[in-house]
Amino acid sequence: MTDVRVIDPGPLALVHDLGRPGLASLGVSASGAFDRAAHRLANRLVGNDEHAAAIECLLGGLRLALPGGTWFAVTGAWSDAVLVTDGVRATVEPHTAIRTDADAELHLGTVTHGLRSTVALRGGLAVPAVLGSRSRDTLAGLGPEPLRASDVLPLGPEPVTPVPVADLVPVDPPTDGVVELGVRPGPRHEWFTAEAHRLLLATEWTTSARSDRTGVRLEGPALEREPDLVGAELASEGMLRGSIQVSPDGAPTVLGPDHPVTGGYPVIAVVVDASLDLLAQLRPGQPVRLRLVTGHR
Amino acid sequence: MRLLPCGDRALLAEFDALALALSAHTTWSAAAHSGIVELVPGARTVLVRIDPAVTGLGAIEQWLTAHPPADAESSLPSSGPVITVPVTYDGDDLAVVADVWGCSLEAVAARHAATEWVCAFIGFAPGFGYLVPVDADLPVVPRRATSRPAVPPGSVALAAEYCGVYPRESPGGWQLIGRTAVSLWDADRDSPALVTPGTRVRFEAVRG
Repeated sequence: MTDVRVIDPGPLALVHDLGRPGLASLGVSASGAFDRAAHRLANRLVGNDEHAAAIECLLGGLRLALPGGTWFAVTGAWSDAVLVTDGVRATVEPHTAIRTDADAELHLGTVTHGLRSTVALRGGLAVPAVLGSRSRDTLAGLGPEPLRASDVLPLGPEPVTPVPVADLVPVDPPTDGVVELGVRPGPRHEWFTAEAHRLLLATEWTTSARSDRTGVRLEGPALEREPDLVGAELASEGMLRGSIQVSPDGAPTVLGPDHPVTGGYPVIAVVVDASLDLLAQLRPGQPVRLRLVTGHR
Repeated sequence: MRLLPCGDRALLAEFDALALALSAHTTWSAAAHSGIVELVPGARTVLVRIDPAVTGLGAIEQWLTAHPPADAESSLPSSGPVITVPVTYDGDDLAVVADVWGCSLEAVAARHAATEWVCAFIGFAPGFGYLVPVDADLPVVPRRATSRPAVPPGSVALAAEYCGVYPRESPGGWQLIGRTAVSLWDADRDSPALVTPGTRVRFEAVRG
């Protein structure tokens, strides 16, 4: 069995697969990779099952020691990544399967576009699963601990599928400008004034630095409740990734993959499935617009 | 039952009473629609999350309407699994509860242990069940004005109409009435959560 070693985890490096859905009645959120598309792509590039565990790295900075003959791919946020082999530095192209010729070090530099990079290794990370998943739920404290320097991560067996022949997958880097998220009405949209609904869609929101895998806070005008509901208590109800809950002071938070299973703040709108991965790449200060989308039922 | 919109992957079914929500959760869990990824019970609601690749919201709306809660009565289940939780009633907030309930400290323990509870839903942390009395009518207990930064695991506590047992050390604003050595949550157990929606709980006073 092959191992990779963590030299430096950077600000925060977590193990993730596609999570543990279906356990809400135990009080356990689905969790899983924040940027699901980046996770699936990284795994496909190295011939893994898309559920295989990979590393979700916040803000770059990750350094890994890889044995010779290891296939890896980096997706999601772009960073100035290099592979260092015998002192020789080679640029690591994003969205590309790369094989180490000999023992080498992968260095993710500072992120230049987006916030979270995914590093998949062929075979996947074979760390112990908790409740059927190798995802770190940061709120519940479930799953593999955040990576630390000198952690040794075993890789799983060679997958049956070969590394696909593709020179480069043409995927644009995460945008640095305004990010538009599609939303649909939430269960408590009637709690809010017509003006709150206008502001929700007309405001250029700012991504708060106080955002994490539990939720992404949006800074902007307060979204006010209908006068008869000011101070009203909502009985706890189920939440999901993308729910935009509004705290009593009118501030909206978009829930992330490690959200609490139930919550007591009214949800004005919910980010649609197709926009959820964009949340993972929002940088503090980045502008966000919400657009009401219609869909077929 | 009212079906409220919840984005493009879910519906929120809302009921007039907790018992109906719990019954709907039981009914829909048992009927097991292949397109439903998750059913999340709440105090008056069940969140129904679907896999858009398997089914659509329109089809699920029809299915939910065609499968109303089996138990049309708005009473809590009097059958189902029962667990007994031994409690040492020595919590720091016993006096607060005694004041709200208008009784002595000893009577708080006696009333709490004499009440049969049922888990309505889970939240706050893995394995943290919100328990409600099956038929008793206990006065509502206010939350503490400020949360404690660290409530020890096994603490038995009250807030609003609920009783809960802290599965692990965490911050908390509920009124503490006692403690138990029973582990409410262990991810390595076959059944990690001791209490799930519908589980009935009896507390038994023990000397600590």
